[in-house]
Amino acid sequence: MIRDLGLHLALIAVLFVLGLTLPDYHQGNMARILVLATYAVGYNVLFGYTGLLSLGHAMFFAAGMYGLGLVMQHGGWSPVPAFIAGLVSAALLSVIVAVLALRTVGVAFMIVTLMFSQSAFLTILYFGTWTRGDEGFVIPQAARQVAGLDLTDPVTRYMAALALFSVALLLVLWLVRRQEGAVLIGIRENEERTRMLGYNVLSHKILAVVMSGTLSGAAGAGYALLFGYVGATFASVQYSIFPLLWVLLGGAGTTIGPLVGAVFMFYLIDYSSGLTNAYMLIAGVVLVLLTLFARAGIMGEVRKRWAPWLP
Amino acid sequence: MSLLRTEGLTRIYGGLKAVDEVDFTLPEGEVHALIGPNGAGKSTFVGMVSGRIEASAGRVWFDGREITHLPAHKRIRAGMAYTFQITAIYAKLSLFDNVALALRNRDRAAAQEALDHVGLAERGDQLAGYLSYGHQRLLEIAMGVAQRPRLLILDEPTQGLAESEIAEFNALIKRLAGETTILLIEHNMDVVRALAERITVLDAGRVLARGTPEDIHADPAVQAAYLGTG
Ligand SMILES: Nc1ncnc2c1ncn2[C@@H]1O[C@H](COP(=O)(O)OP(=O)(O)O)[C@@H](O)[C@H]1O
Ligand SMILES: [Mg+2]
Repeated sequence: MIRDLGLHLALIAVLFVLGLTLPDYHQGNMARILVLATYAVGYNVLFGYTGLLSLGHAMFFAAGMYGLGLVMQHGGWSPVPAFIAGLVSAALLSVIVAVLALRTVGVAFMIVTLMFSQSAFLTILYFGTWTRGDEGFVIPQAARQVAGLDLTDPVTRYMAALALFSVALLLVLWLVRRQEGAVLIGIRENEERTRMLGYNVLSHKILAVVMSGTLSGAAGAGYALLFGYVGATFASVQYSIFPLLWVLLGGAGTTIGPLVGAVFMFYLIDYSSGLTNAYMLIAGVVLVLLTLFARAGIMGEVRKRWAPWLP
Repeated sequence: MSLLRTEGLTRIYGGLKAVDEVDFTLPEGEVHALIGPNGAGKSTFVGMVSGRIEASAGRVWFDGREITHLPAHKRIRAGMAYTFQITAIYAKLSLFDNVALALRNRDRAAAQEALDHVGLAERGDQLAGYLSYGHQRLLEIAMGVAQRPRLLILDEPTQGLAESEIAEFNALIKRLAGETTILLIEHNMDVVRALAERITVLDAGRVLARGTPEDIHADPAVQAAYLGTG
């Protein structure tokens, strides 16, 4: 328990120091990665811990992004209430999706989440008057100020991203160390056994979808606020696949895996695109190698081989 | 007072009546064996009692309350524990995590005690999937017992156990008898003789006979249908 918390706080401390010492280019990258890793942390609650594969999480990311962006853009809201609006949008959407999509299991669940997400994407395009559709809209620098802090300043932005990530990370650590988290893992490992130990499987799955969706929405709202852009690309299928890849790479069902996966993939693409135009090929080959030789993902393998106590 | 009662409990699969209007009463504190040939409907019957399988017709009462429409997890919370015929443990979790889920809390000492009951205390940190088949079986029994249920349902618990493990199982059940009501599906007649106070014989979904072990042994219909051939 103490060891877990210590490890996570140490990771946060390292990231804090990196924020002050990294060269500009990498500091900017890492700020973005921390927000995207927050998204992956949210995705991991459902996929990694509960064993439910969603292909539609972009809708939750977008719910947070547009929940914040629209009220700032058209309502003139300030960042804090707008961020809360983003959270509430994502939470509401995830309750609706949970109640409807959890009637299905397995492949059907994947398809239903995909369809919901596509509907959300089309809805954003349909209301182009306000959302500016594919083109999206920019949240001006002047609006991105919180309590005298300028969120467009690189260090401030990095620290805000780190704060968002840290809250998500510690929340998930807290969850998986509680009985509720153990039940989610139980559902992943053997749903029928878990039911027959006296647990309400459906209500636990609803909890997982809502927590996962709301964290994803927090990431979406954070992204819009810190990088000043809101666009329909973030609601597209691509953005539902990304967190799946990050989590698979970093280690599904590990607290730190989502960050590791997001960093790894970002820099893999960044590095290989410097070498060749066929950078997606290199990225693809590395992904195939990882799935062949590190099935559990990077942190999953670390846990298997050296640290079975890792949460 | 009876802890469990069923009336006309029926399950139909396609055209097959797997369980056919079974009336059943289980007094509090009794160790009751449910026997019968393969396919007689024993697992289906206890599945309907525990809520795992939906009944096609009939009613169930537990502890004086009708539970016919209560979902499985609420029946378990009301004081039933169920072990599967086909071992159902969490293979990729440690023994400790397995038992902690059964206990519905994260109390390490309580989990340790539950593992101790079946002689697995040393192995709390191992993954359950690495245990031998017999030990997995014992773990599942430990998970049932750990819940301190009022009614413990065991579906062929000794299947695949070695003689020495069966002796330990018998001793465990004898320790529980008196405080826990036990409904035991069992093929091993030695175990039935050692543990059961009363027996119900199912055949083709229907109750063929019921009574004390002596009654059942002497029953001509049972001998013809079951014991004679087995
Ligand atoms: N899910 C199912 N679908 C169809 N038939 C089933 C199903 N489960 C059990 N049966 C049938 O119901 C009958 C009773 O099965 P079961 O309760 O498992 O018997 P027992 O436990 O006494 O061996 C068998 O004929 C079996 O084939
Ligand atoms: Mg059976």
